[in-house]
Amino acid sequence: MTHFLEVIDLKKHFPGVKANDGVNLTVKSGEVHAILGENGAGKSTLMNMIYGLYQPTSGQILLEGKQVEFSSPRDAIRSGIGMVHQHFMLIPALSVAENIVLGDEPGGIQYNRKEAVRRVQQISDQYKLQVDPTRRVADLSVGLQQRVEILKVLYRRAKLLILDEPTALLTPQETRELFEIVGHLKAEGIPIVFISHKLDEVREIADVVTVMRAGKTVETLPIGDATPQDLANLMVGRDVVLRVQKNPIQLGNKLLELRGIHVRDASRHERIRDLSLTVSEGEILGLAGIDGNGQSELVEAVAGLLPTTAGSIHLAGQDITRVRPFDRTELGIAYVPQDRQRDGLVLDFDLVENIILRDFHKSPYSKSGAINYRAARAYAERLIREFDVRPADADRKAGELSGGNQQKVILAREVSRDPRLLIAVQPTRGLDVGAIEGIHRQLLRLRDNGKGILLVSLELDEILSLSDRIAVIHDGRIVDIVDGDSATREQLGLLMTGVKSTAETRGERV
Amino acid sequence: MSVLANPQLWFATLAMATPLALPAIGGTFSERSGVVNIAMEGIMLIGAFFAVAFSYWTNSAWLGLLFGMLMGGVISAIFAWAAIRLAADQVVLGMAVNIFAAGLTAFLLDTVFGFNGTPANTPSLPTVHLPWLKSMPFLSGVFNDQSVLVYIMIVIVIVSHWFLFYTRLGLRIRSVGENPLAADTAGLSVSRLRYTGVIIGGLLSALGGAYLSIGILHSFDVNMTNGRGYIALAAMIFGKWTPFGAFGASLLFGFATALGIALQSFNVSSNLLGMLPYVLTILALAGLVGRSTPPAADGIPYEQHR
Repeated sequence: MTHFLEVIDLKKHFPGVKANDGVNLTVKSGEVHAILGENGAGKSTLMNMIYGLYQPTSGQILLEGKQVEFSSPRDAIRSGIGMVHQHFMLIPALSVAENIVLGDEPGGIQYNRKEAVRRVQQISDQYKLQVDPTRRVADLSVGLQQRVEILKVLYRRAKLLILDEPTALLTPQETRELFEIVGHLKAEGIPIVFISHKLDEVREIADVVTVMRAGKTVETLPIGDATPQDLANLMVGRDVVLRVQKNPIQLGNKLLELRGIHVRDASRHERIRDLSLTVSEGEILGLAGIDGNGQSELVEAVAGLLPTTAGSIHLAGQDITRVRPFDRTELGIAYVPQDRQRDGLVLDFDLVENIILRDFHKSPYSKSGAINYRAARAYAERLIREFDVRPADADRKAGELSGGNQQKVILAREVSRDPRLLIAVQPTRGLDVGAIEGIHRQLLRLRDNGKGILLVSLELDEILSLSDRIAVIHDGRIVDIVDGDSATREQLGLLMTGVKSTAETRGERV
Repeated sequence: MSVLANPQLWFATLAMATPLALPAIGGTFSERSGVVNIAMEGIMLIGAFFAVAFSYWTNSAWLGLLFGMLMGGVISAIFAWAAIRLAADQVVLGMAVNIFAAGLTAFLLDTVFGFNGTPANTPSLPTVHLPWLKSMPFLSGVFNDQSVLVYIMIVIVIVSHWFLFYTRLGLRIRSVGENPLAADTAGLSVSRLRYTGVIIGGLLSALGGAYLSIGILHSFDVNMTNGRGYIALAAMIFGKWTPFGAFGASLLFGFATALGIALQSFNVSSNLLGMLPYVLTILALAGLVGRSTPPAADGIPYEQHR
């Protein structure tokens, strides 16, 4: 095996931040090399330098033994480096083939559509990707869109494939299919750099793993030598509790009851059909499902952001179907939305203003119609301390915080109002192991205090480790509700496709 | 309806549609590349004025047309620079260009040509007469003696469609208007493609302006575009950001204007029909007459983080 890619003491300093501060990496041909690290460890910065999106402050990148300097992705592509970004770089309005050949289209002045389709089809067949080149990208599932991204890289004859958090948006089935594809590519001799913060995946797919922490590479080791606990400790730099400790359940009264509700989304499509569900005091009800099966609409209906077209919603016996969102908050519903930057925070407001966002109109934060900043600041500073928000500066704008700390601010605000019901949508999405641990502890504390929690997550591990009961949603209906302690990933994965009987095999998705 | 059977109505429709279709297609190029362009009105005025001025100075309407378009290209290049390089708000910029152009052309008309306006002996572009249409009096009435720019406009509609949807450059322009980051990571230069889109838009808008000044007339008047740049904007939207759509919408709006004039003899106010473009555009945007969706990245400056 030869060294295909070598990175020597690479540094990238932004004003005030050392995003990469001494990175060393060696990728050999034909290996799957995982880069493991928490969010903010500098993985993406490193990849963006290798891909020419950023220029290093100092250090060297060697490709097949020769030093390279990329001033743009164009240079990197020309040298045979291909990258599949975490957020897909696709154009939904164009066809699969157009997306793939863009920048290197067949034809002269005129674009040769037929030839493009033929070439894409050929590569798709060669690597068993099963993508139809003539379909519009907008019509494809997330898993297929990712394959289009991989095809884009292969079309440019990449000699190295970088996958940046490739499983973040995939279902378990799609993840398995992706791993098969990675296997095919490896068999064709293409080295793969696999960026992830998920231990299980790295152990399943990688040959070698390099752990990054705080902008530095900590250690590189063959996957066989590493236990999950070792890797977690290396990532975080201290001992981490991987399994959450759960107290026995103390079930109380029925808290939230959905009775046969129907909900339409903003474009008037019915996304929830005749759905009934109960959350009791003292339990965490996990809602599992493939993204886009009505989770958002269900949650928004409970929060009062979308009207129900039929059925009713009750909170502790009171019919709240027609109650405004504002008043639902007053009745004790707390809401941690999926998109923290769009719905959870006002990014241009400082932490004081964000923290009193739900209570600014009430004493002591409001005095005869004016905001009492002294009381607000005292409260905000207390929450910042309690929830370990960093930096601990109440004057910072919410937009200046990292994702994990933004999430802590939202959680602090919602949880500290002493709600009866907490709706938490993807509460740990994109957060690192340390932050996830803290948020999970908060959710369990609420549960033990007799609050009801509706937890919506695409991470099956999160659902499995926290939930007392798990409801699986598919196409706007609850397929089944299973016990949280005995449920398995496989069982949930199957239910998520809408299949209730375990005898059925899953259909091929193309 | 004898009015509808009269070829003069359809002659007028085509003549009225031309100064709408050209800037509407120009705007389509700009917006397909991701730059919102409401500056068509101003660029038309620039094109109209300089086409007359250079026609007079060079004593050639064709050279005048060329320079008029060039000036439109220059002003839109400045617009593009501010919109792309400085990432300024494109709507504000567009309004600035419109106001600037109205003032500049009025000022230049006065200082260069004085009180009497552009000289009467300024050359204008020829009209086209096709003798073989004589056997078909209706078609002859519609198409004969139109300005040569009407024919050029029709060619431009077809070529623009081919260019945007069948060439590699067209595909690239559309891609930066939809997702510039995707185009950038595919190795394309977002700013170069956007300059291309905006400047083609400027050339076509100026051509539309020149049609007014040296196509159907041979003079320039203060604010002679009279809001056509805005109706072209409506035609672009109503035409769903496609050349054929923009042309079709321009024909419809041109027809409304022509009909309004024809019906004046029947005591129908032309203002009523004059509202049609705006009403239709509002309905199209509201999704009532065939939903019209702009390119996904239209109006959003693309900034690289290095």
